Amino acid sequence: MTGARTSVREPAGRPPASATLSRRERERRSVTGVGARSAPLPLLVPALVAVAFLVIPLAGLLIRAPWANAWEVLHGSQVAEALTLSLWTSTLATAISVVVGVPLAWVLARTDLPGLRLVRALVTLPLVLPPVVGGVALLLAFGRNGFLGQFLDQWFGITIPFSPAAVVMAETFVAMPFLVVTVEGALRSADRGFEEAAATLGARRLTVFRRVTLPLVMPSLAAGAVLCWARALGEFGATITFAGSFPGRTQTMPIAVYYALETDPDAAILLSLVLLLVSVVVLVALRDRWLRGGAAP
Amino acid sequence: MRRPRLALVAGIAGLALAGCGSSGSGGTAGGTASTSPSSSASVSGDITVLAAASLTGSFTTLGQQFEAAHPGVQVTLSFAASSALATQITSGAPADVFASASSTTMDAVVAAGAAASPTTFAKNVMEIAVPPANPGKVTGVSSLAGTAVKTALCQPQVPCGSTAQKVFTNAGVTVTPVTLEPDVKSVLSKVQLGEVDAGVVYVTDVLAAGEKVKGVEIPADVNASTSYPIAALTKSANAATAAAFVQYVLSPAGASVLTAAGFQQP
Repeated sequence: MTGARTSVREPAGRPPASATLSRRERERRSVTGVGARSAPLPLLVPALVAVAFLVIPLAGLLIRAPWANAWEVLHGSQVAEALTLSLWTSTLATAISVVVGVPLAWVLARTDLPGLRLVRALVTLPLVLPPVVGGVALLLAFGRNGFLGQFLDQWFGITIPFSPAAVVMAETFVAMPFLVVTVEGALRSADRGFEEAAATLGARRLTVFRRVTLPLVMPSLAAGAVLCWARALGEFGATITFAGSFPGRTQTMPIAVYYALETDPDAAILLSLVLLLVSVVVLVALRDRWLRGGAAP
Repeated sequence: MRRPRLALVAGIAGLALAGCGSSGSGGTAGGTASTSPSSSASVSGDITVLAAASLTGSFTTLGQQFEAAHPGVQVTLSFAASSALATQITSGAPADVFASASSTTMDAVVAAGAAASPTTFAKNVMEIAVPPANPGKVTGVSSLAGTAVKTALCQPQVPCGSTAQKVFTNAGVTVTPVTLEPDVKSVLSKVQLGEVDAGVVYVTDVLAAGEKVKGVEIPADVNASTSYPIAALTKSANAATAAAFVQYVLSPAGASVLTAAGFQQP
């Protein structure tokens, strides 16, 4: 959450090269460690262990990948179907999250409606809830015998589970809180002066939101949307519980990886690498907004 | 400055590897030393049994009976799709006994050198499970053809999935399921929740579910069966107890538990 709140600020620039610093500043920094070229061993060793632990599994993927026949393996597996499904469902889930999540973030950040604290706790719950629990909950609410789903079935003949719509719902349920939290944090720390000036000049609240507030938080909104999208892309537990798994219809990339590991480990490795590549692209896109935001003073 | 750091990391990694190696070889040595006698004196300690999801009820009972017969022994059971368990075993999951719902999955484990000389201890046939109210009006295999009846099946690599496919081939129907579930118990739970109109599961699962589902029998001329092999795993750290458990499952006492659950004798 702190990351979300600070992410709106302009990322701190790199510390200036030590050559341009005064002698006192150089001494101060050598004690606090800011900009130092060395580190004490009791900090450095655990830090390296942590790096190794996080990087070695990724290296494992790269080392074991069947590079020689990568194309045939990928072509033969259901990668295209799964990737297409994953991409469009997570994009749609993100779009839905933006359409309803941004107004929710505004309500949470700017209004004093009763029960707001409870609402905030409830809507951010999926952040910490095990996704498979979310899937069970969705099934019991929107399933054919769920307390809402039974009416959808009786009145309109609509059954949601085991359809691409269920995939989108599961992904939205799990990923939307990431967007809401990010945008709410940005709204809270944004400079209210511009909004007040606009209001003073006669702009109505909706105009202020559209013309002033939204452009102000746009970088955070973009960061939140990318995070939301990445989370939706990786969704597994809620999806397999609520939407099941059928190739081309509800079998997303993570589920395809899971099953491929049983039948065709080479395909599982390559599918994992495709997802790893997507994640790297997301990280590169986010590197200023999200990652350094957390480190900003 | 950079070199000593790297050396340190290498040292830690080396230590960790050495630790794994020694504990692994120690376990194997202990196992081989106590393999020969199958007297109850050497049957002690803990074993982990990985068993097909369809064995959930019967192996829980067998585990309790085995513990009662051998005080001090603790049997830890883990149930999942046979194919998922086979992947776990060949990736090095620590376990002592594997009971699979098909000879194909067991063969894969044997081929990987993780088990030897499996013995078939039971057979199972398929049945259609429907919710008690039978909303899809399922009367037989032909009812499942097409997409009108929402059907759940197991993944094709899971024994219940491949055996169901044999039934469809025998009956000459093409079934388009709404979902391919990870194991037979997931198929059963989707039927119990009423989210699907039918699921093709084992006879034993319909029996175990009791009132919660209704069974629609598959005639013997189109039904397909799968056989259940069991084997002690070669990497077992407690080979004597693992072998004793396998013997217990194959014994008349084990057979009676399995028959009561609806399994057929091989």
